[in-house]
Amino acid sequence: MPDPASLDLNRRDLMVGATAAAAAAALPTAAGAASAAPAAPVTAKVAFTVNGERRELDLDLRTSLLDAAREHLHLTGSKKGCDHGQCGACTMIVDGRRINACLTLAVMHQGAEITTIEGLGQPDNLHPMQAAFVKHDGYQCGYCTPGQICSGVAVLDEIKAGIPSHVTADLNAPMQVTEAEIRERMSGNICRCGAYSNIVEAMTEVAGRRA
Amino acid sequence: MKFDTPAGQNPIDQLKVVGKATDRIDGKYKTTGTAPYAYERHDVAPNQAYGYVLGATIAKGRVRGIDTAAARRAPGVVAIVTTLDTPRLERGRMNAAYLFGGDAIQHYHQAVAVVVAETFEQARAAAFLVRVDYAPEPGRFDLAAEAPAAPPVGGNSGEGSGAAGAERVGDFEGAFAQAPVQLDATYATADESHAMMEPHATIAAWTGDRLTLWTSNQMIAWSKGSVAKILGLKPENVRVDSPYVGGGFGGKLFVRADAVLAALGARAAGRPVKVALTRPLIANNTTHRPATIQRIRLGATKDGTLTAIGHESTSGNLADGKPETAVDQTKLLYAGANRLTAMKLARLDLPEGNAMRAPGEAPGLLALEVAMDEMAEKLGIDPVEFRIRNDTQTDPMKPGRRFSHRNLVGCLRTGAEKFGWAKRNPTPGQVRDGRFLVGIGMAAGFRNNLLVKSGARVRLDRDGRVTVETDMTDIGTGSYTIIAQTAAEMMGVPLDRVVVRLGDSDFPASAGSGGQFGANNATSGVYAACVQLREAVAQRLGINSADAVFANGQVRSGNRAVPLGEAAQAGELSAVDAIEYGDLAKTYQQSTFAGHFVEVGVDADTAEVRVRRMLAVCAAGRILNPKSARSQVIGGMTMGVGAALMEELAVDTRRGFFVNHDLAGYEVPVHADIPRQEVIFLDEADPISSPMKAKGVGELGICGVGAAVANAVYNATGVRVRDFPITLDKLIERMPDAA
Repeated sequence: MPDPASLDLNRRDLMVGATAAAAAAALPTAAGAASAAPAAPVTAKVAFTVNGERRELDLDLRTSLLDAAREHLHLTGSKKGCDHGQCGACTMIVDGRRINACLTLAVMHQGAEITTIEGLGQPDNLHPMQAAFVKHDGYQCGYCTPGQICSGVAVLDEIKAGIPSHVTADLNAPMQVTEAEIRERMSGNICRCGAYSNIVEAMTEVAGRRA
Repeated sequence: MKFDTPAGQNPIDQLKVVGKATDRIDGKYKTTGTAPYAYERHDVAPNQAYGYVLGATIAKGRVRGIDTAAARRAPGVVAIVTTLDTPRLERGRMNAAYLFGGDAIQHYHQAVAVVVAETFEQARAAAFLVRVDYAPEPGRFDLAAEAPAAPPVGGNSGEGSGAAGAERVGDFEGAFAQAPVQLDATYATADESHAMMEPHATIAAWTGDRLTLWTSNQMIAWSKGSVAKILGLKPENVRVDSPYVGGGFGGKLFVRADAVLAALGARAAGRPVKVALTRPLIANNTTHRPATIQRIRLGATKDGTLTAIGHESTSGNLADGKPETAVDQTKLLYAGANRLTAMKLARLDLPEGNAMRAPGEAPGLLALEVAMDEMAEKLGIDPVEFRIRNDTQTDPMKPGRRFSHRNLVGCLRTGAEKFGWAKRNPTPGQVRDGRFLVGIGMAAGFRNNLLVKSGARVRLDRDGRVTVETDMTDIGTGSYTIIAQTAAEMMGVPLDRVVVRLGDSDFPASAGSGGQFGANNATSGVYAACVQLREAVAQRLGINSADAVFANGQVRSGNRAVPLGEAAQAGELSAVDAIEYGDLAKTYQQSTFAGHFVEVGVDADTAEVRVRRMLAVCAAGRILNPKSARSQVIGGMTMGVGAALMEELAVDTRRGFFVNHDLAGYEVPVHADIPRQEVIFLDEADPISSPMKAKGVGELGICGVGAAVANAVYNATGVRVRDFPITLDKLIERMPDAA
């Protein structure tokens, strides 16, 4: 879990800091200038664990968790398909739950445990879900694939944890990994190549192996 | 290698590697996030700055001025290039819209500036400080309004379908007027967006006059030439590299604004610049599949023999743009003595219409194959039987010209049997399963097989490792794997002894990825290079190449067997060749065929359509890798469901742009929309196509499937919707027993 005390700046500090920076930047401009120069970027330090390794970054507050990974840590496995939380290509597992990393700022994740696709497995040491995607051809162009796989791993954990979905008929019965549950829960991960049928097969196989 | 006579027996026919369902060799990289896409090449050029593209907020008019003062003062800004800084740049290959330069605005979200900064956040923030002053002009944005006055225009999609403004055989009007059974119906298909998952993206770096683009592009040789033309460079000074492409579907056949603005931004910044089009920019800034209005007239005798076939299509485009070739397949799919196909093109000021997966056939078959379903019902003949009755083994437009191989009938019969067609109730609206009205529909699928020159280099090292290099791209199609399979089969080595390097313009030019022509042609080019390499190996080893057997990592001749790598002990062997085609494509009509079968459930109360089962049976020559070919087909089926049920770029006919320009507003099929899909490949090989005896298959999956969905919806509900996509608002008021 994030440790608020270890943040370099709290929320109020950030707002004060931003205002101060804006004021400072505005000072040198001549009065009556058509447009004030915009504020210099406010940065903050953030530390989290990525794929088991502690990483510390000094980031522009506007940097998404996705861009922190892709542009600052050079972990480019998480993809930017839309940058608006509409496609799921950026899915990471943060503190055990999948999230759209494009929709969250990196500085919000102080102390978090983050798993990206690179942390699940490597080319010569595939995670079972990665291996199942290869076996069932659960991808084509590969761009949505890291998000599908991170989502897929998290979905099976969600079902195991008894978290219901829109299609769960009986909230009191033990939750099953059905094709309907997989399709419902995976629908935030778009695959334009249309590998859905194969992805469901891959996930079903991994779920069966774990059971 | 010139391919001008049908292929005889050759090493590919061993089918030890080719033809086997094979996991993708690039799979371990794609599934671990280690396959590098265009925007991710931190390794190739140091000190990359970030470019952010601004799009025009008018659809037509002029840019009066651009105020960049505030943006230039913003933190981190390195350079700004506006469209007023340069005269209008030349266009690249096959594009109607200009990408950048000058004050004219041709369409909404045309690029007007790129802001380059130290970070993405800084570039984005500064871009919104740029003030653009426009002089808007009225434009034409409504296809339905412009269609009646649209002139006849022929055209070719550049991807395998083409037609003249009007083509006639026999006396269509006379035969139609006299036909005892007639159908005259008009259909509409929507503007659609490729919506590939990877946005158009490029990293550009200059070394003096030399420009390197790490980009996302389907056609490397085209693009190298286009970049040179657009930027006024010598082609030899341009390098384009696209080893991984995150989907294209025709949207990345061309150089787009990301590449041009990365190059201009990098020149202005004096350092490498990376640019990705933001998702909301893509639908209007790039190309799309144009909407169509199609009129189909069919005349038949009472026994179901077609005597008159007429298909007319109207689409719209910018000046210099082409028509959507929706009538193309109608020239070839069914027999019929009297025929008319015609296209009209309205001038519109919407963004450029251009190729999207199976341009022509995808929207054309949505209309034709629904019309065939309607006609079958009028005739009281089973839709499968009606199509079989009108099959042809010769080109209906050119009597005597045969298809190289055509087994549409086999697709339809096999599909009907496997799908349980006989159990379908032909009377609509009769089958109920809980809240759902259930229906089954089918359609024929058709797409041409294109023969395109394609080259490759194949190298052999002393360890017996074979390396293939070609500028062919893998856009999800499985090129890496089928190329490795081809080289493995030809050189007699296991798959893991083959290295495949793709997408670099420094490699021999290939067919590229488009029009379902990539697989057959690119592997045939590799075949040609491997024939040369086998010859070089035999020479080096002093054996007669005609006697040489390449198998198990060895070359055998008589009693002598040596490891393949022996031939390269004195130095690497390398061979370059290309496949080039004679006139077999003129002598024979070369096409691929499918039977699509779909079951839907339509919610009796809400009219929501759920696809329950799908089957495609394909006849497309030899299938090189049944695993990735199957994926191509189910992917096409999925996109076809989108076209049938949800995909539509909504046109604001007042301001002239596509309103729903992101992945929340433009709906594509998601997991919950797609059931388990089945694909059957009929076992065939077509020696007239290529030495691989393969044909295209990558677009066959989308061809006809949407009509099968529509016909299933009709069978479920009795409601015929001729205006795609079939959204529930078009169904609900006409649903049976609507409460």
